[in-house]
Amino acid sequence: MEKIKSLSDLKKKREELQSNLKLREQGENIENAIVVKVAMATCGIASGAKQVMEVIINECNKRNIPAVVTQTGCMGYCYAEPTVEVTKPGEAPIVFGYITPLKAEELVTKYIAGNELLDGIIPVNYEKIDNK
Amino acid sequence: MSNYKYHILVCGGTGCVASQSPQIKASLEQKIAEHNLTNDVQVVTTGCFGFCEKGPIVKILPDNTFYTQVKPEDANEIINEHIIKGRKVTRLLYIDPKSSERKSDSKHMGFYQKQLRIALRNCGFINPENIDEYIARDGYAALAQVLETNDPQQTIDIIKKSGLRGRGGGGFPTGLKWEIASKNPADQKYMICNADEGDPGAFMDRSILEGDPHTVLEAMAIGGFCIGASKGLIYIRAEYPLAIRRLEIAIKQARELGLLGENILNSGFSFDIELYYGAGAFVCGEETAMIHSMEGNRGEPTFKPPFPAQEGYLKKPSNVNNVETFANIPVIILKGWEWFSSIGTKNSKGTKVFALAGQINNVGLIEVPMGITLREVIYEIGGGIKGGKKFKAVQTGGPSGGCLTEKFLDTPIDYDNLLAAGSMMGSGGMIVMDETSCMVSVAKFYLDFIVEESCGKCSPCRVGNKRLYELLDKITLGKGTIDDLNLLKNLSKVIKDTALCGLGQTSPNPVLSTIDNFWDEYLAHVVDHKCPAGQCKALKSYHIDPDNCIGCGVCARNCPVGAIKGEKKMPHEINQALCIKCGTCYEKCKFNAIFIK
Repeated sequence: MEKIKSLSDLKKKREELQSNLKLREQGENIENAIVVKVAMATCGIASGAKQVMEVIINECNKRNIPAVVTQTGCMGYCYAEPTVEVTKPGEAPIVFGYITPLKAEELVTKYIAGNELLDGIIPVNYEKIDNK
Repeated sequence: MSNYKYHILVCGGTGCVASQSPQIKASLEQKIAEHNLTNDVQVVTTGCFGFCEKGPIVKILPDNTFYTQVKPEDANEIINEHIIKGRKVTRLLYIDPKSSERKSDSKHMGFYQKQLRIALRNCGFINPENIDEYIARDGYAALAQVLETNDPQQTIDIIKKSGLRGRGGGGFPTGLKWEIASKNPADQKYMICNADEGDPGAFMDRSILEGDPHTVLEAMAIGGFCIGASKGLIYIRAEYPLAIRRLEIAIKQARELGLLGENILNSGFSFDIELYYGAGAFVCGEETAMIHSMEGNRGEPTFKPPFPAQEGYLKKPSNVNNVETFANIPVIILKGWEWFSSIGTKNSKGTKVFALAGQINNVGLIEVPMGITLREVIYEIGGGIKGGKKFKAVQTGGPSGGCLTEKFLDTPIDYDNLLAAGSMMGSGGMIVMDETSCMVSVAKFYLDFIVEESCGKCSPCRVGNKRLYELLDKITLGKGTIDDLNLLKNLSKVIKDTALCGLGQTSPNPVLSTIDNFWDEYLAHVVDHKCPAGQCKALKSYHIDPDNCIGCGVCARNCPVGAIKGEKKMPHEINQALCIKCGTCYEKCKFNAIFIK
């Protein structure tokens, strides 16, 4: 193993290593993070949800966006797969449908990074029990 | 860069390891492999989460789900439901005892809400066997900063101004200790870490060493630089095999990266650490006895002065700090003394780790800001007394400490307040007792421990404590007199004044503090020959209430010594001469016909 020889070496190494723990650090502060859930049921996976999730993770990492990207089960919008739910801190969740890998990039640059909405918003037609 | 989408943290503290956490990790990994998820999910062994009552703990990130009492066979459901389908496994979530609701993450659990984790900041978060994870959490940055500044006095001043005091028991200001050691010139000095945690029920130091060993190594190197020591020694009990293994791994990794050894970070400063194993003698937690034990001599204390800072290991100036004290150092350097001294009370800064044990719902390891009240610790973090019973006392400070009663529940916990209340901070054991605890027996328990552990060098401790124990034993047998109580008090004071070392001088504390707080209970034992808590076997007798007894004979059939006789369907009777007071009849009777007098 190569030795660390100076403070700047250590800092460099720390920066390289920090991304490995980023997921855990964000999890600790999940209430301040943007939570992105990709529906990953059979229909979602068949329409490319796995690739969509990769794109979202990579784009968020590239732009240093503190987003927590997880997968979830069937959200029920099978007609609009792949579907992605984005919850910004303190805001109501918005579900986007028909997210192809190409559109996923747009979702990150426009809505997640900026605040611009995209086509394909699915009106949320359910309430969650954790808010009750 | 890793592309894991989930991190599964599995507790690897001694408690959870004993309840199969390595097997849980193995089955999780097996299921992950079966589902081809090895590139998506990382399973990490971490240090103690502290919530030992509900262990083994498994935490899933990034959604911060906290699973309790997980078994290896739950791995399948966790992977299939949570990881693949995104549905939490509800039955493994923590149930809030007050609202009976299931809580999915630790932030909403009473146990964690009042805690502030400084010394335990990485426990339950990083893999203690991986230096990379420590470095990613700013590890060794404090050491690098101290070496770059290259001004030991400046660092000592930071520690002094932070108000950090020794966490091992005495509460001596750490910065001052370092300053004294730094001012004694010598060709060789030693930085010693006291990891000989000996109080019954205490496991703070073990958890820090198991969960975040690098923080202790880093702090020892910082301390070594400040006092001018090139050697670090860790005195650790051999009963802590997991902590020893993780320390050995950590030392090896730090050496490989050049963070220990010759010319660290090209600063010209060299520092290396060696482990010394203690054979588990309580007295070796006393610094002079510990140093003698390290030198290969009997672990016996010697009179101070000379202090270790003047003449310590191999007669060279040495500085001894406790594990938890060290764990605070790197954070103070990085975040500044102003930040640290803003936490806590006037003369006690920062936080303290406590091992909660006894008759309390949430047994475990907690770290709280100084100044929190016992009530908050016991009822909010600890979740109250087990079985809805009444609180009686809490024992702090181990065998050197004392018992605090209800009237101290709202006293802010800090070094000075605990001393004023007749106990002490100690290393952080906190044993909670309910109304069924007999305080004379509690004092006897601690004295038994002291008699066992006294090194025997000075007669007040060797002989005096033995006599104290005999007096307490006599009282619990119902043979005590008022004179015995006075003798207890006097003898305790004599031991306090004349014993050689800190441990001997504080050994009568459990007696004195129970006499102070529970005088009536002592009186009941010697005057009425009764044990109000019903614990002292010799002072209780079982009787059958003829009005309630229907003569079913269950008690007679279950009595192991045949002490119960009676005609069928007629009230039975207990032969007191034969009864061994095991309580079986009391438990078996369905008609409340057996009572204790």
